[in-house]
Amino acid sequence: MNTINNEQARDTAESVARRSYGKLVAYLAARTRDVDAAEDALADAFAAALADWPQKGCPNNPEAWLLAVARRKFLDTVRGQRREVLSDDLETMAESLAAAASESHFPDQRLGLMFACAHPAIEAGIRAPLMLQVILGLDASRIASAFLISPATMGQRLVRAKQKIRQAGIPLHVPEPEELRERLETVLDAIYAAFAEGWIDASGADVARRDLAEESIYLGRLVTQLLPSEPEAMGLLALMLFAESRRGARRDAQGEYVPLMEQRVDAWDKAMIDEAEQLLFHAAELKLVGRYQLEAAIQSAHVARVRNGRANCAQVVELYDALLALAPSPVVAINRALAVAERDGPQAGLEALQSIAEDARLREYQPWWAARADLLARAGSANEARQAYEIAIGLEKDESVRRFLDRRRSVLGS
Amino acid sequence: MQYLLALYSNENVFATMTPEQQQKGYAAYMAYTEALKTAGVLLSSNRLRPSATATTLRTTDGKTQVLDGPFADSKEQLGGYYLIDVPDLDAALSWAGRCPGVGHGVVEVRAIWDMTKGGK
Repeated sequence: MNTINNEQARDTAESVARRSYGKLVAYLAARTRDVDAAEDALADAFAAALADWPQKGCPNNPEAWLLAVARRKFLDTVRGQRREVLSDDLETMAESLAAAASESHFPDQRLGLMFACAHPAIEAGIRAPLMLQVILGLDASRIASAFLISPATMGQRLVRAKQKIRQAGIPLHVPEPEELRERLETVLDAIYAAFAEGWIDASGADVARRDLAEESIYLGRLVTQLLPSEPEAMGLLALMLFAESRRGARRDAQGEYVPLMEQRVDAWDKAMIDEAEQLLFHAAELKLVGRYQLEAAIQSAHVARVRNGRANCAQVVELYDALLALAPSPVVAINRALAVAERDGPQAGLEALQSIAEDARLREYQPWWAARADLLARAGSANEARQAYEIAIGLEKDESVRRFLDRRRSVLGS
Repeated sequence: MQYLLALYSNENVFATMTPEQQQKGYAAYMAYTEALKTAGVLLSSNRLRPSATATTLRTTDGKTQVLDGPFADSKEQLGGYYLIDVPDLDAALSWAGRCPGVGHGVVEVRAIWDMTKGGK
């Protein structure tokens, strides 16, 4: 086998293993709410699958394969302990494994598990990592490196969250219809948080982060499959696909940052964009607008503009207004100011930026200064622009973005 | 699972209410208690005397001290509780959300540690 086939075989095996792993964890934990014990029971089997399947191919019934190995390992453990009577926990796990093995059609309860991971009773910051771990089987150290947290801390916080699910009795089920929309928001927010972490690394050099974007899209897709008539779930998936479609175009051949308006359209993933447009279209038919649909719609407008030069600035400003009303944030306000500049000129954009400057946090916020610098340059105020670029450069973490801002600064006239 | 709904509120507010307002308050709690009973989820419930009646014990330097007043001196005081038995946290939260205490204070929901399961 050549390297590409090898890699493909590994990717396929990994994604099949992940899918089955999440289904089994969800099934085993649904009754006991003991996510940790379910993961423990499957850990060896999952590791064996990740080692075996890329070599020998995926089994026809991956869940049955994992379950058989998990049961064998489990029995080994029990025998190793040479106990007359099984403890409650081992007994429950033995029953669960037996029950799982007798299922002819394996139920997919991953959605219930996702709702438990993103439960309002779980600390907001750990919801995304928790989902990545229990649904996809990513290990704590890999998640930790993607979220820039020490592995020990991440491990501890994950353990605590799983303990809370069990001890506080957080149910692993899809909420009742009257609660569903509100609760779905926290699930979608957690998925988007994971995606955003993956998005930071544009060059894709950081494998943990690049994978995170792909995994988040997988989770987003899973939600739209399991809850097919939720417009916001479609909106989120569309938003992530729009962003991901441009991954390859965000840096040029030398690894330098390329702003959206200057990206090479042929480097965009057309299939992803088409899928995103379709999703957005279907979501709109359900007539229940929300944050993710609006953000995806803005992306769609940007795509149309770069593709065929059709500027629909008025529409974009309106979308930002709606978004600001639904989910106000500094990022949205800054982007709205840039859209206003497109519609009414740089001076109007600067005024819009100035109107949000009272928020002290923005004074340390790179995008605010970069936006201001850009608009000042376009308005012909070179000196002020130079100053704003300087502050923006000082606040930026990404080296290639710093170089980009520096190039912009150096072409300023006087 | 069993859950304790611990009701915290500013007890001074109650003292400054008119008799009609107090009556309304009682009625709301009576109705809530009835609803819990009818649903068959109520194990017990009680209202506590004001925190000024509290006496607190602790050991300092090996000596047990008896102190006047509640353990925590905060703006809101523990004023009562409901002990309920429901399937899971969502059911407990749903009951807690209907408690009149949420309207004028804080309701803390805590799972009861089931010691019959080996303390796990």
